[in-house]
Amino acid sequence: MSSAAILPFVLDGIGYRVGSTSILEGIDATIAPASRTVILGPNGAGKSVLLRICHGLIAPTAGRIRWASGETRPRAQAMVFQRPVMLRRSVIANIEYALELAGVDAATRRERSRQVLERVDLAGIRDRSARVLSGGEQQRVALARAWALDPVVLFLDEPTASLDPAAARNVEAIVAAIHAAGTKIVMTTHNLALARRFADDVLFLNEGRLVEHAPAIDFFRRPRTELGRAFIEGELS
Amino acid sequence: MQDFSLAFSAAIALIAGGDPELWHIIGLSLAVTLSATLIATLIGAPLGALLAIARFPGRRVVVVVLNGFMGLPPVVVGLAVYLLLSRSGPLGSLGLLFTAKAMVIAQSILITPIIASLMRQIVSDAWGDYREQLVSLGAGAWQSGLTLLWDTRFSLVTAWLAGFGRAAAEVGAVMIVGGNIAHYTRVMTTAIALETTKGDLPLALGLGFVLIAIIMGVNALAYAIRAYAQRRYR
Repeated sequence: MSSAAILPFVLDGIGYRVGSTSILEGIDATIAPASRTVILGPNGAGKSVLLRICHGLIAPTAGRIRWASGETRPRAQAMVFQRPVMLRRSVIANIEYALELAGVDAATRRERSRQVLERVDLAGIRDRSARVLSGGEQQRVALARAWALDPVVLFLDEPTASLDPAAARNVEAIVAAIHAAGTKIVMTTHNLALARRFADDVLFLNEGRLVEHAPAIDFFRRPRTELGRAFIEGELS
Repeated sequence: MQDFSLAFSAAIALIAGGDPELWHIIGLSLAVTLSATLIATLIGAPLGALLAIARFPGRRVVVVVLNGFMGLPPVVVGLAVYLLLSRSGPLGSLGLLFTAKAMVIAQSILITPIIASLMRQIVSDAWGDYREQLVSLGAGAWQSGLTLLWDTRFSLVTAWLAGFGRAAAEVGAVMIVGGNIAHYTRVMTTAIALETTKGDLPLALGLGFVLIAIIMGVNALAYAIRAYAQRRYR
């Protein structure tokens, strides 16, 4: 995996409007390779929209994403959503489906799906229907599906927000393992505790604007802005 | 009220008597309607999925027209097919008029919009849930359509039944293009219409009971298959 090829990527004057409502405005940032980037901010700050723009699900109404490779939407990326979408088929078939779309041949698909299910500790239920699993298990299948694609960048949209604490810890550990295996992580959250534990790099958004972009240590110790301080103190929600 | 009890005994007598003419009528009815439903499903389901997913200019107009076509009057469809298949019509050389094949064609035209329209709604709802995930995984419109059809396969039964019910119950189209020829193109609905005009109400009602029983039976069977499949494969 050559993560150097598509990273870093640059948010170049990103804006997004729906009619006359501005969702995002004038966002400039360079997202470096390797680290765990957390897009942090209160509800309604525009985090999820920004993440979707980065992943190429939504086209920005202003500015653009510039990947180091010069591609408009590199393939070597994956996304995990807050509510996992499970296809009406078995756990392993859900993963094989993603690999098939990625153009992986049938024998390799099966082999890789088995391996990745072992890594997320779901090998025992790989033939169960994905729809009957608990929310936490479904999110692990979604993580396995993304991991199987061996992405250079993995985007995660509030991956633990709909889960109970035990399932959330489990998901967090898997994301950490995916990062340790060499994948760049970009995750949104409004959960301050999660961001403190997890982030190397913070983009703090409020009301559609990028308020601060700093290493996590600096942001949490000495926020440069009044808004950043207020968020850390729990005064914004 | 007396008519109904007479009809009921007529229906029992008809079935118990094992009249070959009756079995032929029932068999032809089922063959025509099941063929038409199969053809309409093969055309209507992918068409519905395509309309749910594809974005092209004029799509809304197509959807409105398709929904409107759900209410096509059977006699008008029959008339149009009649004109196409009549000896001086564009397809007259095929010699299909007053055959069972003509009846299948007319019923297929009648119910394809029903199946397409219902499938469009079903797939469209699923697309709302799946869209981001499928786009994220790099699925194109074609791939997405097939995936959604497969994932909504249990709901397909509902659309299929709506089409089957409509085709089994209609009389106008098959009467015009089939001609209600005894032993050849006579089906249950045209036989009922004929017996009614002849004044044999008990026989007409008896046939009616048999028809309703068949439709109920098919619905019950489809429901059971769906319930079983959903338990087994969800």
